[in-house]
Amino acid sequence: MADITPPAYRSFPIIPKLIPGAMEGKGPFVASDKINEAIGFPGHLVDDWHDKAIAKMGDLLSKYRSLKVYMDACVHCGACSDKCHYFIGTQDPKNMPVARQDLMRSIYRRYFTLPGKLFPKLVGARDLTREVLDEWHNYFHQCSECRRCSVFCPYGIDTAEVTMAAREILDSVGYGQKYSIEIIGKVHRIGNNLGLPAPALIDTLEGLEEDVKEATGIDVRFPIDVKGAEVLLITPSADFFAEPHIDSLIGYAKVFHATGTSWTLSSMSSEAGNFGMFIGNYDQLRKIALRIREAALELGVKRIVVGECGHAWRVAYSFWNTLSGVGDGADPNDRFAQMLQKQLDHRYRQPTHICEFTWDMIQDERLEFDKSANDNLIITFHDSCNVARGSSMGGYPGGQFDIPRNIIRAVANNYVDMDPSTTHERTFCCGGGGGLLTDDLIDVRVKGALPRMEVLQQVTDMHKVNFMACICAICKAQFTKIMPIYGFDRRMVGGVHQLVSNAIVLGKNK
Amino acid sequence: MNALLAILFYLATLLFVVGLFHRIRTYAVTPAPLKIPTTPAPTTTGGVVLRMTREVVLFESLFKANLWTWGLGWLFHASMALVVLRHLRYFIEPVWAWVVFIQPFGIYAGIAMLLGLCGLWARRLFVERIRYISTPSDHLMLLLFIAIAVSGLMMKFVAHTDVIAVKIFFQGLMHFSIQPLPADTILVLHLFSVVILLVIFPYSKLLHAPGVFFSPTRNQVDNPREKRHISAWAAKMESEK
Repeated sequence: MADITPPAYRSFPIIPKLIPGAMEGKGPFVASDKINEAIGFPGHLVDDWHDKAIAKMGDLLSKYRSLKVYMDACVHCGACSDKCHYFIGTQDPKNMPVARQDLMRSIYRRYFTLPGKLFPKLVGARDLTREVLDEWHNYFHQCSECRRCSVFCPYGIDTAEVTMAAREILDSVGYGQKYSIEIIGKVHRIGNNLGLPAPALIDTLEGLEEDVKEATGIDVRFPIDVKGAEVLLITPSADFFAEPHIDSLIGYAKVFHATGTSWTLSSMSSEAGNFGMFIGNYDQLRKIALRIREAALELGVKRIVVGECGHAWRVAYSFWNTLSGVGDGADPNDRFAQMLQKQLDHRYRQPTHICEFTWDMIQDERLEFDKSANDNLIITFHDSCNVARGSSMGGYPGGQFDIPRNIIRAVANNYVDMDPSTTHERTFCCGGGGGLLTDDLIDVRVKGALPRMEVLQQVTDMHKVNFMACICAICKAQFTKIMPIYGFDRRMVGGVHQLVSNAIVLGKNK
Repeated sequence: MNALLAILFYLATLLFVVGLFHRIRTYAVTPAPLKIPTTPAPTTTGGVVLRMTREVVLFESLFKANLWTWGLGWLFHASMALVVLRHLRYFIEPVWAWVVFIQPFGIYAGIAMLLGLCGLWARRLFVERIRYISTPSDHLMLLLFIAIAVSGLMMKFVAHTDVIAVKIFFQGLMHFSIQPLPADTILVLHLFSVVILLVIFPYSKLLHAPGVFFSPTRNQVDNPREKRHISAWAAKMESEK
């Protein structure tokens, strides 16, 4: 890793000059035959990829209004052009959201619109060639689907939708990305993204119980596969053994313990993450989500709570009800959804984010904290992209910003926000989201972290901030790896429930 | 010339209406299988109507993005709206009082519209990133609008045309009778540009106008946990089990 140098901070956030081709050939590994075939994709680039790709594109245009409208509506106004962290960090013009979309829009125009068929040059249309396919593979894997561009687009064009469609087309011709497809294979084969088998998981949880007992003297349980528990916790598998993720898992367990909540994990469904979203594949998205439904039905739980994970919360909050019926308000004749919805307790929002759970308990005065336990920390909060722009909390717009901050303020004394042009809905992605959290993309990951690192540097200089909390497993993993390259201590990153864990007062079960 | 222009106007209007209707129908029937509003988003239909209104009337998102583009873009669109309303006088008889009232403002709006267009074009020409993403059609589109605005303003300030005759021509068109049109080059240029605009509208980026109303990130209610949202093609997967 020694040869990786981060881009220099901009002295003030000027819009960088273009460096065409800067990130050419910096894309990810292509999925191997074995990885592809494990989830039913063609093993390698098929012979008739051209026709197959165009047919797939036509299919997606008829299935997704977003794609159809977004292919037509862009006027090239440039509102999004300076909003992408990958563009800011790499200066490659094809990393401008509009230019990234145009990689696909140029093909759409050529094959699906009259002007593009008649006057391709005039409207920027082009044939689908092998070079274009390579370009797609390269640049559609330099997008983390963070949706920052969609906040600023006057028509709400969401590059994430275009990236997802492009990845789905690439997958359908056997030219997808190794990392995401391999992980989806693992989730189906083993039950979680990290490939942690059930016995290892059970072992880890027992170890955690011992650790917590040693540290606090209290028997905090980490139950798994307990039928009839009230709460099923679905959390990213990184929480089971990655640092600093595990400290948040301990935090959730302490909250459940302190509030006397009966809860369980599931060995069959030990993963909140859903990489089906990253590759834009509805079928995979759905299959992975159905594992949670199965676990909930099997264990007979009344509530489903989701741990700290950004894209998982988007999938849970926005998509689970659609995909698997985890939610409320299904049609009475909708047998599929009703089967589960009848079982769930609708006094609570289904699914519930762990932050919603904890904040509710704090408001009900069922938790007690010793805030001084966090006095060695000066804390800031990084809004994770999928939570900020693809979900909500608390049942009102903006709850996803307030609730984690409320919790931090309830458990710690020192909190400062970062530059408001980089928080809330305007937050910058960590640089590792959307299926980019892989070593073969380390260059784009380091460069994409630039805008966040710049403002983190500001608050460390001005307020001596020494802890950046977040609620996303990918953010945590990305920052832990990237921040040392920018000269920060990797332990500066952690979860909100890590702070909860530090300050919570146990042994007074209310 | 007036017969040719009359035929062109009929054809252009037909293409505009049929093309646009077809496009809007496609947008309307294409399902949106997942809830994807860009959050924070309204949790009620009323809230979505407000959000969309702010987007369409005030260009809220563009305002957040870039003040120059917003200022120039809004100036152009708002002025053009006023100019179009001012032109209602050619199509209605008697002319409604409020249309009479806005006539003088419509002239200022014509100038403002031209200024906005020139500003937008300057941006496209001189800002490196915007130049990079521009296709020839992006430049030509601005040129077309500039041609319409300049020719229109010229008839006001440089070479007057017989507006009464123009009105008789359009009133005639509306009743399928072709009336004489003043043989002014500027007028013909003005009308011909409008014909082109009508024709390309349903096949070009001008589709952003209907498109914005169908954009799922802007028009969806943020209530996925409260109400199950499922598209027909996705629901089929459930019955297959």
